[in-house]
Amino acid sequence: MKPLTWREIPLGGYVLEPRNSRNNLTGTWRTERPVIDQDACIRCRICWMYCPEPAILELSKPYVTKTGRKYDVTYEIDYDHCKGCGICAHECPVKAIKMVPEVG
Amino acid sequence: MKAELKVRDEVVRERIGLTSNYAVAYAVKDVDVDVVAAYPITPQTTIIEKIAEFVANGELDAEFIPVESEHSALSAMVGASAAGARVFTATSSQGLELMHEILHITSGLRLPVVMATPGRALSAPISIHGDYQDIMNARDTGWIIIIASTAQEVYDSIIMAYRIAEDSRVLLPVMVAYDGFLMSHTMEPVELYHEELVRRFTPRNRSRPRLDPRNPITMGVIASPDWYYEIKYQVINAIKESKSVIKEIQGEFNKAFGTDYDVVEQYRVDDADYILITYGGASTGNAKEAVDEARRNGIRAGVLRIRVLKPFPTEEVVKAIKDAKAVAVIDRALSPGSTFEGPVFNEVVAAMYSQGVSVPVVSVVHGISQRTIFIEDLYELIRELVEFKNTGYFPRRTMFMGLRA
Ligand code: SF4
Ligand code: SF4
Repeated sequence: MKPLTWREIPLGGYVLEPRNSRNNLTGTWRTERPVIDQDACIRCRICWMYCPEPAILELSKPYVTKTGRKYDVTYEIDYDHCKGCGICAHECPVKAIKMVPEVG
Repeated sequence: MKAELKVRDEVVRERIGLTSNYAVAYAVKDVDVDVVAAYPITPQTTIIEKIAEFVANGELDAEFIPVESEHSALSAMVGASAAGARVFTATSSQGLELMHEILHITSGLRLPVVMATPGRALSAPISIHGDYQDIMNARDTGWIIIIASTAQEVYDSIIMAYRIAEDSRVLLPVMVAYDGFLMSHTMEPVELYHEELVRRFTPRNRSRPRLDPRNPITMGVIASPDWYYEIKYQVINAIKESKSVIKEIQGEFNKAFGTDYDVVEQYRVDDADYILITYGGASTGNAKEAVDEARRNGIRAGVLRIRVLKPFPTEEVVKAIKDAKAVAVIDRALSPGSTFEGPVFNEVVAAMYSQGVSVPVVSVVHGISQRTIFIEDLYELIRELVEFKNTGYFPRRTMFMGLRA
């Protein structure tokens, strides 16, 4: 998309559409991405609470771990908006989240 | 002229003695301002005292916010104006400096704030007396700056300022400046207009963008390098384009109220060989006297007063002086470290350069911290201009008149 010219930008740089953060894909800012190990995750919800964006999605997706534990929810990451700050990985009590370098 | 007098008969409600500060207060009441915030600073204080009195007496239905500093005063104006209110504040000198950061924010956010600023010298050393150093420090902030020369013009300019600021083609803050003390605290006859006529002239612009919970928008965003430049350029374009809007609104005002304002005032300029360019009250009144004296002695002199300082009336100034033999720009402000120390002199020279016109112009500084400008000083200056012309030698540096050397 061609960037707007000074004539096209709303007066004074006002943002005229509410909730426009849905359209602003801030995920491109990332240098490292968090990856959740679904088998190690204990569904404590801490990453969901700490993510400043919020880019941790709480999905009602059942999951059975390799050891046979059943969960009703799955935590996944919205990579369109995750900025790669690493807070989730830092806060996860069981170290289920790894930060891996973005490639390409 | 007769027709104009007839208009004045119809529009004038009363003629009373007012200081320029009180003239501001009456204008603010007559345009029906919604929110006023201010912090007292000499020589502005009596404006706000008078407005506070109007509010206390129920003569003006406005929210009056006494704040703890000028920084807060203008910040409160930014908030109220963003919410759609018609706002007013006033300041001077150190107070205007304390507002400086918010001056940029007001214009960048395109808020039609109107502010009265009786000019005053800046510290250090401390001086409460009048000059234009504070006003000149605000000249790169994106505000429209009008400099009035009489209490009547102050009253009229505040009224016009609301129309200009709130015009959808402009949406910029407007500052109405005038001489600290020499005007702010001296009484002159002022003709006040019927309130309903003033209000009819200044209808609120209900379509300007504002903060409204039913239609949420964000103002005051952070702009990354790929947006900032363009948004600041919007201000540059708006203030440049505002000159024609100012002229249009002045024209309407002249018609409605029988006045005669333009972006510059010309006094015996038409056939003048020697022109003094000035601004504000003290310098123009005395300059006109000096010009009359020069004319009595066979020197064709004139005065060009800059009424609208920003946007600078480039074409009008150059047109007025292009056939003169010599011109002097009298600044009541300082620009230390510049090639010439008179800020308006630098504007005038740039204006001529832009039009490919070259007239000998002399930079003069006088009236700093209200150092008295005598009529004889200005008459002497005109005689010096004649001398320069005759000898072909023009001083290539600023002349500091009234300085003990
Ligand atoms: S890296 Fe930061 S932004 Fe991304 S999901 Fe984790 S906490 Fe949220
Ligand atoms: S903090 Fe760790 S364990 Fe808790 S929900 Fe998030 S990924 Fe799972």
